[in-house]
Amino acid sequence: MSGLEGLLVVIGLTAMTLLSRGLFFLSEREIPLPPWLEPGLRVAPLAALGAVVAPEILLDQGRLVSTWKDPRLWAAAAGAAWFFWRRGILGTIVCGMAVLLALRFGLGW
Amino acid sequence: MADPPVPDLGSRSSRPPALPPPSPLWRDPDFVQGARDMAALLPAIAAWGVITGVTMANSGMGLALALAMSLLVYGGSAQLVATPLVAAGAPLWVVLATAACVNLRFVVLSVAWRPYLRGYPRATRWRLAYFASDLNYVLFVQRYPEPVPAPGQLAYFWGGAWATWGVWHVASLAGIFLGDRVPVNWGFGFAGTLALLGMVCTLLKDRASLVALAVAASASVVAWALPLKLNIVVAIAAAVAASLVFDALRAPQGSGGRV
Repeated sequence: MSGLEGLLVVIGLTAMTLLSRGLFFLSEREIPLPPWLEPGLRVAPLAALGAVVAPEILLDQGRLVSTWKDPRLWAAAAGAAWFFWRRGILGTIVCGMAVLLALRFGLGW
Repeated sequence: MADPPVPDLGSRSSRPPALPPPSPLWRDPDFVQGARDMAALLPAIAAWGVITGVTMANSGMGLALALAMSLLVYGGSAQLVATPLVAAGAPLWVVLATAACVNLRFVVLSVAWRPYLRGYPRATRWRLAYFASDLNYVLFVQRYPEPVPAPGQLAYFWGGAWATWGVWHVASLAGIFLGDRVPVNWGFGFAGTLALLGMVCTLLKDRASLVALAVAASASVVAWALPLKLNIVVAIAAAVAASLVFDALRAPQGSGGRV
């Protein structure tokens, strides 16, 4: 990839990330959304995050994980369990990573 | 329809000369609180930043491009998904379309940001947009569940935003320069996924949101093979549709279905 193309990619990605983050609050005017859609949009942030997270946990090289000996499954389960027990995101991360590293280095998964 | 009044956040330019200068933003208690709330997430942001830096450095895209992308784009998932495409010499539109699908979650969040932020001047909103990350959003709505502007919100936003920005760039640059010396296969990058998982758990409020999450997660996995990361678009559409159906089934006839 030439320098110019690289520059275009960086400018394009920067502009697109900026616009997508602010799309609905950068404009002065209300961007009309159909009223019937509004109750559905309440779940959209959750759905968007879930859509990003689920494949990271459940897929391996684009295929559904077929063994229970995948440390990511247990790490995610441990992290979620911590969250609903203690309600802390730092604990979710620490607990999940502890399980992940323990299984990877302790059991060699 | 008139915009809501902009909360008075102490305009720095019009202060009377007799008063002592207002304390700087970083002394503002809301700013400090924003940074403090974000602190719990900083280890994950750092791990995610290092992984992004290493991935870019090892992709063969070149140091200059990796640095430019890291310093300007400021979007981890967009950078991660664009990196292999750039390294493989994919056409510009493919790179941008793929990143757009990954960034769709920000578009969705910008709808939720609007009632809080639309009263601020345009220049402020552009700056806010650059820093409006998903982690910032979840912390913000936890502190301000009512979607109305309130004093202190801007300071709280910037507290979290600056903490994220600083840690992200230090980590990402460290990743770029350390490159091969970081043991990527240890799985540190999973800390970023766990942070997002924590966010997901935070947003789980009721049965309807559980249904939406199940639908989105399944759809995203099933549609994984689609090009350009369209599985994320499919997943959001499916979850919104499912939640509309769920609401319609639950709402008694004639009550309008509004909570």
